[in-house]
Amino acid sequence: MSTPATPPRGGVIHDLGFRHYDGPRAGSRAIAQALYFDTLRGAFGLGRTMKSKIMPGILFFAMVFPAVVVTIVVGVDNRFDLPVDYNEYLLTTSALTSLFIAGAAPASVSRDLRFRVVALYFSRPLQRVEYVLAKYLALASALFLMMAIPLIVMYAGALLAKLSVGSQTPNFTRALGGAAVTALLVAGIAVTIAAMTPRRGIGVAAIIVSLIVLAGVAGTVSQVGLENGARSTAAYGQLISPYTLAAGIEHAVFGGPNQADVPPPGAGGGLVFTLVAIAVLVACLGVLMARYRKVSI
Amino acid sequence: MISTAGLTKRYGTVTAVSELTVDIPAGITGLIGANGAGKSTLIKMLLGLLTPTSGKAQVLGHDIGTDGVSIRERVGYMPEHDCLPPDMSATEFVVHMARMSGLPRAAARERTADTLRHVGLYEERYRPIGGYSTGMKQRVKLAQALVHDPQLIFLDEPTNGLDPSGRDEMLGLIRRIGTEFGISVLVSSHLLGELERTCDHVVVIDGGQLLRASSTAEITAKGAVLVVEVTERGEEVATALRMAGLEAVASDDTLQVGLIDDSTYDAVISAVTRLDVGLVRLERPRHRMAELFATPAGGA
Repeated sequence: MSTPATPPRGGVIHDLGFRHYDGPRAGSRAIAQALYFDTLRGAFGLGRTMKSKIMPGILFFAMVFPAVVVTIVVGVDNRFDLPVDYNEYLLTTSALTSLFIAGAAPASVSRDLRFRVVALYFSRPLQRVEYVLAKYLALASALFLMMAIPLIVMYAGALLAKLSVGSQTPNFTRALGGAAVTALLVAGIAVTIAAMTPRRGIGVAAIIVSLIVLAGVAGTVSQVGLENGARSTAAYGQLISPYTLAAGIEHAVFGGPNQADVPPPGAGGGLVFTLVAIAVLVACLGVLMARYRKVSI
Repeated sequence: MISTAGLTKRYGTVTAVSELTVDIPAGITGLIGANGAGKSTLIKMLLGLLTPTSGKAQVLGHDIGTDGVSIRERVGYMPEHDCLPPDMSATEFVVHMARMSGLPRAAARERTADTLRHVGLYEERYRPIGGYSTGMKQRVKLAQALVHDPQLIFLDEPTNGLDPSGRDEMLGLIRRIGTEFGISVLVSSHLLGELERTCDHVVVIDGGQLLRASSTAEITAKGAVLVVEVTERGEEVATALRMAGLEAVASDDTLQVGLIDDSTYDAVISAVTRLDVGLVRLERPRHRMAELFATPAGGA
């Protein structure tokens, strides 16, 4: 073994003694990267207690299992298309993804505030901005994986069932794009809410309620607009929920199939949807930065 | 190690640290002050986490205002408050914190095992922290501050909430960190008594102002006093002790005896035995802030 860097005093024989560290030390960027991967794994309960693996496990199964069933249906029935399109799948499973992020964001963010672990992060080289970005991007990535994996299962299943690559690939890649936009928006909202409270339970409830209320309001506004013939109200009502906002972008900007009653009108509609999405992200990050600047350690 | 010049921090109308100018050399330094004296505020400013209202400071040669990141790479910090997640084990948590200090994964694991052993956590390190005693939690907090082998560590009230034996163990550990490990320590406490045997230097602050900065030897060598209380004939005991070559002043049956070394205790015992009086109390009084006020540097 290596010799202790400070010689024992007075000829006393110590055990190994304290060994100094001369190896490499990563800069704050690499530390933020390590925090990103740790948070990403943690969102699925990996490297955490058995208890924290249960919820993500159940939700992951609930997300992937229907996708498996869909591909089996295609194979058995010899269909020429998928019974559910890729981006439709994202919208129908939005309750599951909401539950997932509502569990993951407070477990990662509120916990550090509640037990004041942030004091230990911020007394290290990591900058507050890097901490916020690492946590946010990790949770957005976790949510993206939650949506992308069933899509990949569906895509692989469709190809195995001899559906043509040319018929599947465009909508599949567009849906992946839509999943990325959805993940960024929904995680942005969830992390912002979680950062407001050190109480994990309150965070979980607040995120679920917010996402459900936003989806409800978006649905109501669109429906009321449609029934009264106000088609642009119906279209722009979709801006209110992050899920329909992302779906609108996927249709109007990426060219995916429309899932709304009334799609975003024309190129201008797509631009409005994109600008609103950017505004939501900027607002979330702005609030997060302001919040963490004030966190005392 | 640390030098400050006119360092001031105000919160609105409250001045937490006022015009503090002090140089702290390598070694173990005690930062003594009553609750609210500005100890924690000073430590947070030295970590580059709080911006001073005015004044300057350098830690390990880096300016706290412009180079906080370089400082935080090379120091460890143990906060006064709880900062541990209850659902992780000490090993998992300290490995994570080592990674957050920039250590590669393998080194983080190896050093975590070493560090936890040094602070005295063995089998329990695999259990969740939520079930730990206060003493064990303090050790984990200390371990995360040490794991990345800093040049300097800030310990904010590390003996808070510990029972007397836990306190002694923590102080022993701090002594080892300073001597065996060769890491400089700035340790805060509201009790001078508990730090005087651990620290090489002390800095005393009160109301955010510097009262005194000197070596511990200077403070304790002068005016080390033994308080002796007897049941009767205090004046006679004092006379006997003076005959034995000690300084002794009696007021009623309580005597103040100048402490030279351990033989002073023997002299007191033999004097009371010879005079056949009862010994009620024989103790070294703890220094209080007031005494330090009354005896400026070099005073008796």
